[in-house]
Amino acid sequence: MKYLYAAYLATWVIHAVYLGSLVRRSSRLRQQLKDLAKAR
Amino acid sequence: MKRWFPILAVLTALLLAYAFYEALWVAPTERTMGDVQRIFYYHVPSAWTAFLLFTVNLVASLVYLIKRNPKADAVALVCAEVGVVFCTVVLVTGPIWARPVWGIWWTWDVRLTTTLVLWLIYVSYLVLRRFSDSAQTPMLAAVLAIFGALDVPLVYFSIWFFRTQHPQPVIGGGGSIDPRMLRVLLINWLAFLCFAFLVCWSRYRLEMLQREVDEAYSLESLGGAA
Repeated sequence: MKYLYAAYLATWVIHAVYLGSLVRRSSRLRQQLKDLAKAR
Repeated sequence: MKRWFPILAVLTALLLAYAFYEALWVAPTERTMGDVQRIFYYHVPSAWTAFLLFTVNLVASLVYLIKRNPKADAVALVCAEVGVVFCTVVLVTGPIWARPVWGIWWTWDVRLTTTLVLWLIYVSYLVLRRFSDSAQTPMLAAVLAIFGALDVPLVYFSIWFFRTQHPQPVIGGGGSIDPRMLRVLLINWLAFLCFAFLVCWSRYRLEMLQREVDEAYSLESLGGAA
């Protein structure tokens, strides 16, 4: 069973890492947009 | 359209939870491999989803090459990126299944090698998109995507045409599967397709935001230069 759990866990870790990177990129872009709006 | 996102996200989460329950507790246990065979319910749908995303990437790349439509270019980029994530799942879950069943993590078998090559082609596509600033980048990436997509049928049909250690196809190609297992497999694929759709949607919105920011910076630098 340890291989089964390892495979399922690995799948969700990969997706979670990717989703985390999307959230980070999104917040960085929103901050850049705010900074640009302030600079104008 | 935006207000549908949270509703679809909740429905997808419920479907993924149901698919997980079906894969672990409802699907019958395979006679020779035992419970480790259940990795199949994540491995195969992830592979099919990656193939589908790479196919959409091909279509979007062709549309970009013909019409120079920036939205098609964004769709191609998004599908390649999410496809690489699903292909990574395939390349990680495969060896985890192979270790207890074959006694080895990896072998340079045709199916495994072509899948690794497919992953490398799309990773190089993403590297090209990430580190090249040239105006020609979308066009070069679209051409690379066409070469990458040629590997998809090679991966899929490799187990039909070559002698390989990889299990034979469960659908078509003379393979057979217990109908209860097939049902669980299809439920899991549907769940992963919905998940992939939502991830692509989010990534597309992010890409559009990125382009908006890039454009604003270019306008600002032009204004500064004037």
